[in-house]
Amino acid sequence: MFRRPSAARRAVVLATAWVLGCGRSPSFGEREPFIPRDTEEVLARVPAVGVDARARERAALRKALAGHAGQLDMALRLARLEIEASRVLGEPRYLGRAQAALRPWWDLATPPPGVRLVRATFHHARRDFPAALEDLDAVVKEDPGNVDAWLLRAEVLGIRGEHAEAARSCARLTALTSSLTVAVCEARVRSLAGHSRKAHALLSEALRRSERSQESRTRALATLAEAAALAGDAGLAERYFLRAISLDSKDYAARAAYADLLLDAGRAREAAVVVMDHTQDDRLLLRHALAENALGSSRAPEVAHALSRRFEESRLRGDSLLAREEARFALQVENAPEKALRLAQAVWVSQREPWDVRLLIEAALAAGRPEAARPALDFLQASGCEDPGLVFLAERVRSLLP
Amino acid sequence: MSRVALLSLLLASLSAQAQKPSDSYLRLTEADGQGISGRWDVSLQDLDDVLGLDAGGDGAITWGEVLAREADIRRYVLGRLVLGAEGAPCALVSQGGLHIRRHSDGAYAVLDFDARCTGSAARLDVDYTLLFDSDPLHRGIVRVGAREPLIFSASQHFARVRLRDESPWRTAERMTVEGALHIVTRADHLLFLFALLLPSVLRRGADGRWVAVSDFGTALWDVVKVVSAFTVAHALTLVAATLGWASLPPRFVSVAIALGILVAALDNVRPLGWGTRWTVAFVLGLLHGFGFASVLAGMGLSTGSLALALLGFNLGVELGQVAFVAALLPLAFALREAPLYRRAVVVGGSVAIALLACLWLAERALGLGVSVT
Repeated sequence: MFRRPSAARRAVVLATAWVLGCGRSPSFGEREPFIPRDTEEVLARVPAVGVDARARERAALRKALAGHAGQLDMALRLARLEIEASRVLGEPRYLGRAQAALRPWWDLATPPPGVRLVRATFHHARRDFPAALEDLDAVVKEDPGNVDAWLLRAEVLGIRGEHAEAARSCARLTALTSSLTVAVCEARVRSLAGHSRKAHALLSEALRRSERSQESRTRALATLAEAAALAGDAGLAERYFLRAISLDSKDYAARAAYADLLLDAGRAREAAVVVMDHTQDDRLLLRHALAENALGSSRAPEVAHALSRRFEESRLRGDSLLAREEARFALQVENAPEKALRLAQAVWVSQREPWDVRLLIEAALAAGRPEAARPALDFLQASGCEDPGLVFLAERVRSLLP
Repeated sequence: MSRVALLSLLLASLSAQAQKPSDSYLRLTEADGQGISGRWDVSLQDLDDVLGLDAGGDGAITWGEVLAREADIRRYVLGRLVLGAEGAPCALVSQGGLHIRRHSDGAYAVLDFDARCTGSAARLDVDYTLLFDSDPLHRGIVRVGAREPLIFSASQHFARVRLRDESPWRTAERMTVEGALHIVTRADHLLFLFALLLPSVLRRGADGRWVAVSDFGTALWDVVKVVSAFTVAHALTLVAATLGWASLPPRFVSVAIALGILVAALDNVRPLGWGTRWTVAFVLGLLHGFGFASVLAGMGLSTGSLALALLGFNLGVELGQVAFVAALLPLAFALREAPLYRRAVVVGGSVAIALLACLWLAERALGLGVSVT
């Protein structure tokens, strides 16, 4: 076999060894118990109570609640802070802590509306969409002016592929909140339904007119970026992604979508750079594994192994939260199309986002079973999808069907 | 913050999370002889949450900070596990120094300990309560020996596990005892047998009235038919249900069993003309088989010893019935001529059984609490 000579290759190997040796990502390797050599060695990172006001507040609230368990206001505030932390830190442990804060009310059939909304947020994050919807329907019935509930309801319905009902949820926001928030809601639903060009037009117009807070702008930019990517305008999408990520470096969903854009464009090296410092999030670790795999780098097996361990440990505890990531990994890294198809079909039962459609079709194609993509085709037809990537895939698979 | 901050939070986090929440990994192995040794991996992030390991408050947990709290960590963690052997709690004793292990979501403290149990530790009670109070999403993943891991959660934190694999013959032996005990300790079985046995020393005369049978052999043959029909029938459904070939909803089974007892008892009072008693026994046996299957399912048998376990259980059921019959039949035979036996025992007893069956029927059909069994 042809072998490239050497100095360059040795440099790559040495650099790789150096990166690994410095252990920038402590989740790799070291499966056996060990005794650290140095008492100064940092083993884990947690919120710094010394400088992080939110962490201090959570600690104070928990302490206060330990003495007065029935204080709903205090408990709700703590629960909301914990949920916020779960997002900012990409750490689902805080979801469980939010549940613990609301323990006295959590299992009630009709808890106070505030508790219901936190519970719905929790179920949404755990991908238990039917439970989230049940709570959200109850909240909007009791309190039709609840902006958060309508927003989350639209999102959950959108993920489930119930676009018309999701759009109705957004429409209820018109009199309740800023036009930009309504536009983000509507654009997101349209984009999920395969009308990303319209979504993009609608939202960019709204963004031009508004001068809202940075937070809603960030979300608007991320939604715009995803819509532009789905509409096939990669250049525009990239500009939006870069702006959204520079405004909020913790928006892991936007980061993941940006990495996907780069991976689809064959720019794996850049994709790796976008995600490599944030691989505590499983979605980003997946993109890292895909990028290293596409590059054929010497790190690829290591990263793939780390991701496999996450799948394994998640499965061990009885969760199926990583099924979509696992399907993609099976399809693109493990070359196991049958497994990918099985996983994609399992995900399809509960959610129908563009990535779910794409995975089901791609896995069906790779497994040589185009008929298995039928539910995705029916879904695209029913929603009248116009987004070029999905339309192209649908045509490909349709041409193989009798 | 309430409204505004939560709003921004929802806006900013509209994608579902794909992450593994908190887990701990506990491995229990039987050391040579009596003792059990444990190795328990608990996440440093979780320990920091409940114990505050980050003394410096700088967000970085160092090995030095962990070591400084070693005693607290051990006390906290080991205090949330109760192991017991045959009802007696085991003493958990720390072993060796603290280690660290990397899992897919970060560094874990590794605690080694010994469990000193007084009773035989062949079967171990595990009650796991680590972290559930502060994080209900926490799961304890417990591996005992080389078995499939058990998953403990806030709602399911107790399990009884076997440390050692029994030999299949030992399983069969144990299941025989279980089968026999099952028959003689359950009121509905005993009453059902009783209802079928009472008239075995009698026969219906031409006018439909009871007449005493002439010899013991006839009575015995009648009983053998009834009891064996029951055993054969429940063996059939028990095997079918345990191997997953057939199933009936438990509620339906328990209602049908009560109904069966009612029919058997009423048939003693006035012949219903629904066939001979051994066919009644056969039908009831079929139903009981499904009931046994749920008992067996709760015993967590390994598939390897399942066939022998089923055989043992059926044998035990038969032996239990034979013992019951052996104790009662001679007595009934001796009393068969007495009018008191026919009126008070057969009719009165059957009426009483029928009433009790009605009560069960109402209870089970309407789902009112647990039955008297």
